[in-house]
Amino acid sequence: MTLSRGTRVALRVAMIVGLAVIYVPLFVVLINSFNADKTFAWPPTHLTGEWWTRAWQNGGVRGALWTSVKAGIGATVVASVLGTMAAFAVQRYRFFGRETVSLLVILPIALPGIVTGIALNNAFRTVLSPFGIQLGLFTVVVGHATFCIVTIYNNVLARLRRMGTNVEEASADLGADTFQTFRYVTFPLLRSALLAGGLLSFALSFDEIIVTTFTSGAGVETLPIWIFNNLFRPNQAPIVNVVAAALIVASVVPVYLAQRISGDTRAI
Amino acid sequence: MRSTRLALVAMAAVSLLAAGCGDNSSSSKGGGVSEAGFTPPKMSAMQTLGTGEGQVNLVAWAGYAEDGSNDKSVDWVHPFEKATGCKVNTKIAGTSDEMVTLMKTGEYDAVSASGDASLRLIAGGSVAPVNTDLVPNYKDVFPDLKMKPWNSVNGVAYGIPHGRGANLLMWRTDKVKPAPTSWGAVFDPNSPYKGHITAYDSPIYIADAALYLSATQPALGIKDPYALDQKQFDASVNLLKQQKANIGEYWSDYLKSQQSFKNGDTVLGTTWQVIANGLAADKAPVQTILPSEGSTGWSDTWMVAAKAKHPNCAYKWMDWIISPKANAQVAEWFGEAPSNSKACALTSDKKFCDTYHAADEPYWAKVHYWNTPISQCLDGRKNVQCVDYAKWTQAWTQIKG
Amino acid sequence: MTVSASPGGPVRRLAGLLHRRPSLRLAGLLTAPLLWLVVAYLGSLGALFVTAFWTTNEFTGDVVKVFDLGNFQDLVNQSVYRTITIRSVGVAVAVTVIDSLVAFPMAFYMAKVASPRAQRWLVIAVLTPLWAGYLVKAYAWRIMFSGSGVLDWFLSPVGGHGPGYGLPATIVTLAYLWLPYMILPVYAGLERLPNSMLDAAGDLGAHSFRTFRTVIWPLVFPAVVAGSIFTFSLSLGDYIAVKIVGGRSQLIGNVVYDNVGTANNLPFAAAVATVPVAIMVIYLLAVRRTGALENL
Repeated sequence: MTLSRGTRVALRVAMIVGLAVIYVPLFVVLINSFNADKTFAWPPTHLTGEWWTRAWQNGGVRGALWTSVKAGIGATVVASVLGTMAAFAVQRYRFFGRETVSLLVILPIALPGIVTGIALNNAFRTVLSPFGIQLGLFTVVVGHATFCIVTIYNNVLARLRRMGTNVEEASADLGADTFQTFRYVTFPLLRSALLAGGLLSFALSFDEIIVTTFTSGAGVETLPIWIFNNLFRPNQAPIVNVVAAALIVASVVPVYLAQRISGDTRAI
Repeated sequence: MRSTRLALVAMAAVSLLAAGCGDNSSSSKGGGVSEAGFTPPKMSAMQTLGTGEGQVNLVAWAGYAEDGSNDKSVDWVHPFEKATGCKVNTKIAGTSDEMVTLMKTGEYDAVSASGDASLRLIAGGSVAPVNTDLVPNYKDVFPDLKMKPWNSVNGVAYGIPHGRGANLLMWRTDKVKPAPTSWGAVFDPNSPYKGHITAYDSPIYIADAALYLSATQPALGIKDPYALDQKQFDASVNLLKQQKANIGEYWSDYLKSQQSFKNGDTVLGTTWQVIANGLAADKAPVQTILPSEGSTGWSDTWMVAAKAKHPNCAYKWMDWIISPKANAQVAEWFGEAPSNSKACALTSDKKFCDTYHAADEPYWAKVHYWNTPISQCLDGRKNVQCVDYAKWTQAWTQIKG
Repeated sequence: MTVSASPGGPVRRLAGLLHRRPSLRLAGLLTAPLLWLVVAYLGSLGALFVTAFWTTNEFTGDVVKVFDLGNFQDLVNQSVYRTITIRSVGVAVAVTVIDSLVAFPMAFYMAKVASPRAQRWLVIAVLTPLWAGYLVKAYAWRIMFSGSGVLDWFLSPVGGHGPGYGLPATIVTLAYLWLPYMILPVYAGLERLPNSMLDAAGDLGAHSFRTFRTVIWPLVFPAVVAGSIFTFSLSLGDYIAVKIVGGRSQLIGNVVYDNVGTANNLPFAAAVATVPVAIMVIYLLAVRRTGALENL
C-alpha cells in the first residue's frame, strides 16, 4: 500500500512506543523477580535468585496452575460446543429472535464481571446446594464457560460466513448425511477458527479473577486466586513476580503455535 | 489472606444473635450478647478422649494449617499426622461467612473461627462445647484469652484460643516528628502529613474512629466501639469524612501497606505488627505503638463441630495447634501473638513474643477485639438502637465519597 | 447398524430426519446454548435483580422476601452514588478513548505496514502481556506510580515527578490492562480492509488524512466499537485496580463488592449493580446498529 514516507515513519514510531509501553511494566516485573527487597522497592539495591528457588519449591503454585489449566480447558470445551452450535444456528437459519442471539452471547462478557459473579454465586447457592453440590471447580467452569462462549461464537460465525454453503451442499449431493458432512467437511474447515477462539477463551479463563472469586468454592485455587492470596500473605509477594515472569516467557510458546496452526491472525 | 479475611471478618455476622435469638429472644437479660443474648442449643462436651479415627477435616484460615506446600520449612501438619495417625484434610476458607456455611454442611470436624463467626456457630448449633480438660495444652493458654465473650457462653467453653493481634499506629521515624502517642495524629485536621496518612480500607475502621472519640469526647458516651447508637455513629463517620482530606491512600493488604511505607508515600497510619516486622527486616525506618486510647484487634478460636465424625482427631488437632512448638510456628508464619504462653520459648526469633506482646496483659486489656455491630447494642444498652453493619458499610461508601 | 431396515441404522435415520426437517435441526442447535444463556445466565441475573427489591434480615442475614423500594430510594436519594456512577463512567470513557488512540496506529502499522512475517510476531508481542496476570501487572503499575517509583525515577532527571496514586493512575493502569482487547479487533478490522481501496483513494488524490477520514475510519469504526465494548465494560466493572493504584478513590465496582463481600447485603449490592448493567445494555443496544457485535 502506498503511504507517504512521513506517515510510515510516524506509524513505526507509534508502534515502537506502544510496544515499549506494553513491555516496560513487564520488565519491571522481571527485574523485581530478582529484587532482594520484599516490597519491590525501586530501584533494586540488591539482586537475588532466592525467589526463583523458592517459587520452584512451592507446591501450591503448581497445584494452582493445574487447577487453572483444568478450569480453562473445561470452560473452553463447553464454550466451544455451545458457541459453535449457536453460530451455526444464527448463520445457517432464519428464525424469530435471531438478531438477539448475538446480543445474548455477548452479554456475559459485556456486563461487569462482578455482576456476573454475584448473580452466579447467588444462583448456585440457591439452586445447587439443596442437591448437596457445593461451589467448586465445577462452578468455576460454568462461570468461565458463560463468558467464553462469545469468543468461539464470533470466530466460528466469521468462518461460516466466509465459507458459504457450497462445499456442504456438494457433500450432501455426494450422499453424505448431516453428521458425515459435519465430520468430514465442515469441521476441518472450522478447525483453525475453533482453535483461535479456543485459545482466546482459554486465555480469558486463565486470567479471570472476579468471576472466579465468586464461583470457586473453598479450596479451589486457580492461579490468579493463588496470586491474589500470596500477594497479600507476608513474605510471599516476591514469588508472585517469579511466577508472572515465568508465565510471560512461557506464554510465547502457545501463542506462537496457535499462530502457526491457525494462520488466521484475525482470530486470536 | 489475612487481608481478605479481615476485610471480611464482619461478613454476614450480622447475625450474632441469629438463630439463638429466634429460639428464645425473650431470654435476654442484659449484659453482653454472649452473656445472655441467646441460649445455645443443648449439647454436652465430649467426656473422654478415645483413639483417633485416622483423619480429621478442618476449615481454616490460610496459613493456619500449613503442610509445607507453600514453604518447605513451614509444616506442622505432617508432624501432627505422624504423631497421631490422623490425616489432615484442610479446606481453606476466605471469609467468616464461608466458614459458617462450610460448618453447616456437617462434613468438617473443626474450624478456626474468628470472633464474629464463633457466636454464630454456637447459636446455630454447628459447634459443640469443648471439654478443655481433654486439651492438655489449654492450661498454658494466656488467662486473658480464656472464657471470653467470643469463645464461651454462660460459663461454658466453646473453643480453644489460637492467637491474636492488634491494629497499631505506625510511622516513619525519619519523616514524622515528634513521635505520635495518640490516634489523634491520624485524625488531626491540620496534620502536617496531609496526603501521606493511611487508614484501613474497611467499614470496620469506623470502630477505630469511635474508639478515638470515646477517649476524646466523653460526652458521646461511647463504651464499646462496636455498639454505636445513631448519634455516636454519626460523630464517628463525620470524623472519618474529615480525615479523608488528609488520607493519601486507604490500604487493605500487606504488600500495599509495606510498599507505601517503604517508599514514603505513606508516613503515618494503622498497621499490623507483621507488616511492621517485614518493613523492619527490609530496613525501613518505621516504628509502631499501641496508642494511649487503646486499639482495635482480632482473636481466633478453634472449635469442634457438633456432629464431628472424627471428634478424637479434632481434639488431638486442637491440642496440637496450641502445643508450644506448633503454636510458635503458626504465630511466626502468620504474624500474630501465640495463645500458648510456652510457645514464646520456642519461636525461632527469640524476641518474637516481646515484639508481639504475647504475654503483655495490660497491653491486651487495651485492645477491643473485633465484633460485628448489630442493632441490639452489644454494650448492653436497652433504651437505644445501635447501627448495624449493613449501615456501617453504606457509611463507608459515603466516607470514601 | 445392521438389523435396521432402513440403510445405515439409527444414526443415519436421525441424520435423514434432520435433513428433512430443518426446524428440528435448528432446535437441536439452539436448545443447549439457549438453555445455558437464557435459563442459567439470564435466569441468574433476573434472580439477582429481584433480590434488589428485597431486604436482609439484620439478625439472620437472610434475604427477606418482601417487596421494598428502599434500596433504590437510597441509591437515588444519596448523592454519593450519583457521584460514584459519574466517576466510574468517566473512567471507563477515558480508558476507552486512550485505548482507541493508542491502539489505532499500532493496529494500522501491524495490518498495513509490517511484513507478513513481522505481523505474526507483532501479534504475539501484543498478546503476551495477557498471560502475565492481572494483579501482577496492576502491582507493576503501582511500583511505576509510587512517589519514588519507576516513573519518578525516569522523570526526576528532567525535573518531573511521578503522578502518585489516584484516578489518573487508575485510568492509565486500566488502559494498559485492556489495551490488547482494543488492538486485536481494530487490527482484524484493518486487515479485512482491502489495500486496493486505500490505493484507489490515494490515486484519486486524497491525502493521508482525507483517506483516513473518508475511507478508513467509516470502515474500521465498527471494529473500534467492538474493542470499546471490552475496554468500557471491563473498566466499568473493575474494583481491584482502583484499590491498588487508586489512592483514596472508589468506583462503582467497589460499592457492589463492599456490600456483598463485607456486609452480606445482597439486595443492596444488587440494586447498585443495576446501574452498570443498565449503562452496558444501553451501550450495547446503541452500538448494535454499527455492526460492532460481529467484530468482536
